[in-house]
Amino acid sequence: MLGENFRNSTLAKSIIKQIERLVPGYNVRFCHVCGTHEWTITHYGIRALLPESLDVIAGPGCPVCVVPAKEIDEAIWLALNKVTVLTFGDMIRVPGSKISLSQAKAMGGKVKVVYSVKDAVKMAKKNPNEEFVFFAIGFETTAPSNAVEILNGPPKNLSFLISHRLIPPVMELLLGIGDLQIDGFIAPGHVSTIIGMRPYEIFPKAYRMPTVIAGFEPLDVLFAILLLLKQINKGEAKLENEYTRAVKWEGNIKAQKVIEEVFEITTGEWRGLGKVPSSALKLKNEFSYLDARLRYNIKVESSRDLLPGCSCHLVIIGKIKPKECPLFMKACTPQSPKGPCMVSIEGTCAIWAKHGIV
Amino acid sequence: MCLAIPAKILSINGRIAKVDFGGKTIREVDVSLVNANIGDYVLVHAGYAIQVLDEKVAKETIKLWSEVLSEGIKS
Repeated sequence: MLGENFRNSTLAKSIIKQIERLVPGYNVRFCHVCGTHEWTITHYGIRALLPESLDVIAGPGCPVCVVPAKEIDEAIWLALNKVTVLTFGDMIRVPGSKISLSQAKAMGGKVKVVYSVKDAVKMAKKNPNEEFVFFAIGFETTAPSNAVEILNGPPKNLSFLISHRLIPPVMELLLGIGDLQIDGFIAPGHVSTIIGMRPYEIFPKAYRMPTVIAGFEPLDVLFAILLLLKQINKGEAKLENEYTRAVKWEGNIKAQKVIEEVFEITTGEWRGLGKVPSSALKLKNEFSYLDARLRYNIKVESSRDLLPGCSCHLVIIGKIKPKECPLFMKACTPQSPKGPCMVSIEGTCAIWAKHGIV
Repeated sequence: MCLAIPAKILSINGRIAKVDFGGKTIREVDVSLVNANIGDYVLVHAGYAIQVLDEKVAKETIKLWSEVLSEGIKS
């Protein structure tokens, strides 16, 4: 398959040699914003191959982790009020303010896992006497599929609890957190297949931040690190695309069009981070009849994003490593997660736990 | 969640294509977000093809990397 060449160990060794030659005489920190990048970096032990003065931190790139507790509480409210909540497998174990969707299910709530919004449409068609809500989470990569199904006219007994978030605005938020000391961005390849390169132009232009869009094979990540170091060495800040086989300058225009047709951009709350301007999608007025929040008049009380001691809000922005959280692999384990970062296969804590970095 | 896996298109019927993920894993995916043809590689995310992969560029990338790296070693 296409990816195999991107795991060539001889090439990896020569990239690492060049990285070693190019690291400046001070500490450098690059930030990625994608759970799949974190998986690649951890799974292939990339951090251990890099010089000590070069660190790669994980930003808020786990879509399941950033859904605020309040929105999970809304899904739980629906599930406990005779509406079947359909969502991705990762989502059901994430704790809301008090319980998770899977705990709501154990209490008699109606919750089902689907692989795709298409499954949700099929299920609703097959069971016309049952009410369904698709809990639509995810970044720009996932939003177009929901937009397509909304434009296709979903069955009357299906509505949507929209919790989409957008990546470039939260990258900008990270740059406002001065003590993170980010020297370059590894931008997320699959979000970029949709949005293209233009939305990242602000980072080199307004913030002088080197930015490289990267794919998900180990060589992709290593090469992106090398390109960032080259920019730093030359004193440049540019936007580059390492993932040329999938990311085009203009992105996927068809996908952008369906997103624009169905959604409008609004302020979004990120779990543990608070409100981020222009970072979320909501249904346009003409599709408000598909908005589960309006259809069911959902009532949730005040919410709580973090359990006492949980440091997910700091792990999510790369401020601390999972090992620095007092709960990591003690009170909080993959079997008994206390925070969202320990649940999702894209959560930094879950990835570190799975790879035995304790 | 943003995980997307390459697959090769075997056949297309309207919006739905039969794709091969390798290892005899054949699935149906929605191709309405891309302009794809039979034989193309697409990136599949949650049942939808989100981009057509450029096989030629993929091969060229490796070649380009090898060149950049050999230049770096010489300099």
